[in-house]
Amino acid sequence: MLLGIIFIALVAFWTLFLVALPYLYMVVESFHPNLPPIRRGGPDDFVTLTQYKSFFVTPNSGTVNWTHMGAFGFSIIASIAVTALNFAICYPLAYYMAQAGTPQKVRTLMLCLIVPYWVNEILRAFSLRLLLASKGLINQILMGTGITDVPIDFLGNNTGLYVGLSYAYLLVMMFPLYNAIESLDRNQIEAARDLGAPWWRIHKDVVIPYAKPGIASGCTMVFMLSAGSLAAPQFLGGPRTLWFTAIVYDFFFQNFNWPRGAAYAFILLTGCIILVMAMLRLFKVSLGETIK
Amino acid sequence: MSAGVELDHVTVRFGEFTAVDNATLDIKGGEFFSFLGPSGCGKTTILRTVSGFLDPSEGMVKIGGQNMTGIGPNKRPTALIFQNLALFPLMTVAENITYGLRVRGVDKTARTKKANELLDLIALPGQGDKLMSELSGGQKQRVAIARALAVQPKVLLLDEPLSALDLKLRQHMRSELRSIQRMVGITFIYITHDQGEALTMSDRIAVMSDGVIQQVADGKAVYDDPATSFVASFVGENNPFVGIITRADSSYAVVDTLFGTLRGRNPKGLKVGDKAILFVRPESAKLGTGAADTTFSSKVKSVAFEGNMTHVFLEGVGKKDVTITVGRHSSADIPAQDEIASVTYDVDLGLVLPEGKMARE
Repeated sequence: MLLGIIFIALVAFWTLFLVALPYLYMVVESFHPNLPPIRRGGPDDFVTLTQYKSFFVTPNSGTVNWTHMGAFGFSIIASIAVTALNFAICYPLAYYMAQAGTPQKVRTLMLCLIVPYWVNEILRAFSLRLLLASKGLINQILMGTGITDVPIDFLGNNTGLYVGLSYAYLLVMMFPLYNAIESLDRNQIEAARDLGAPWWRIHKDVVIPYAKPGIASGCTMVFMLSAGSLAAPQFLGGPRTLWFTAIVYDFFFQNFNWPRGAAYAFILLTGCIILVMAMLRLFKVSLGETIK
Repeated sequence: MSAGVELDHVTVRFGEFTAVDNATLDIKGGEFFSFLGPSGCGKTTILRTVSGFLDPSEGMVKIGGQNMTGIGPNKRPTALIFQNLALFPLMTVAENITYGLRVRGVDKTARTKKANELLDLIALPGQGDKLMSELSGGQKQRVAIARALAVQPKVLLLDEPLSALDLKLRQHMRSELRSIQRMVGITFIYITHDQGEALTMSDRIAVMSDGVIQQVADGKAVYDDPATSFVASFVGENNPFVGIITRADSSYAVVDTLFGTLRGRNPKGLKVGDKAILFVRPESAKLGTGAADTTFSSKVKSVAFEGNMTHVFLEGVGKKDVTITVGRHSSADIPAQDEIASVTYDVDLGLVLPEGKMARE
């Protein structure tokens, strides 16, 4: 009884002081002009939409801000692609582990999936660079076997970005899928098969509808995390690739323009939430189901 | 349309373990055929082999005369009703029933028509739009039957489908299943560990133990003329008397037991010196004295009055009691506890079988 109250108080404390208040500060910040500390609260400090407007229109030149909107669009679309790629990889794996595989094979597979995540993200990203670089192992194999004459620019064409992001969030997709499929009664799969369904129909009619909350949960998390990721796009993206979080980062730490950085971060957050909500509605999943 | 099912020397192994050992059997088209046996006897393995979820390690399954080797469960003319029914929880009743038609590409109007037909058959008219969670256990049971019948199988396979229901409903579903089978006229293969289900519904029964088919016969023959000591002890109650045969001819044999020398029928043609078990069913034994070689006596341990009958438990060998069932209208006096009671039986109701494995208590 007492323990319960203490836990609730603790969680309430950190939700309020460590999460809600700083966010609130950021929201307030984003509606203010960028001023040196000394002029804050002075006559130049007022509530404004300038920071949000600057996302659409470049402040000094007054031209449409294609660079930032483009980066935003690219980040969203690339994150959708990463989510789709992860789903395509994880669904068969999760199905195998949850329904088809023998316990021993499933354990081995699980180990192979989890252990690489003990390696830190920087090391993982750079070792991927080594593999994908123009003189990297993959290009050497491709050229050695005569498949190509010139090295393929995997980093420049963003292959590295997609591979890196997908791998970074593979488990985030894997576990909700696995959990959802694992609880499906195998007799239902066999019943569908017995009634004449070919394998793809069994997945379409029985497994996927049943696992829908898990799929929604995995997709939502992978999408949110990759849209908001910083390291992988920076290390693995091509030289011309501009990830939206990199812009936000620069406003905070290069230009010391916190209001604009905050506004951009909220634009990203709002965009992602709207998209996720639209998707959940489209696939008729309630938000509550995804966190089960 | 119905089809017969033939098992031709079917053996199914899982690693070292033999689940079904050399089963050869001919189930006729339109027959209600049951596999009866305790759990782990291999009956479900046989069902899964017929439905195509398992391949026999040796031998083959034929359905309607056609070899089924290499034909998957989705291509066989069979439909399976699972023990837990395995209805699709996210589909409505009608969607469940017509799922097999949907995957066959039958159009919506034809599907609706078929669903309504089947809903009438299972006495759930107009309930096609309900969700599975809105149905009772017995109704779900009927939907599972309808779903299987919708694909017009030639053979319906039922894996203990009544075991989840309560006793009353189970008894009701027995007669309902039987009448559905008569109506649709297809072959039913029924798996059960419940002898009551097997005896009341089946045309013929295969009794199984440890992967081996012990006997294939109609219910009456299984009960009155069990082929092995396992069948005698598994189907119905029975009192075994273990001993060695001291006299034998083609009709009768005398067994020297701990209760004296007792005589019974000798259908297996056992010889003097063979180890044997004499079986006398509780309802075949009477209190009283008869011929010396069909009478024995023992101390009464307890008496249980059950309304239409009374069970008298006598001291037997080890922990196993000898049970005598006395009918309501028997003139015999029920003995009191600790009295020595004398028991006799009609010699044709004593059955001498070779010593063998008995069903677990």
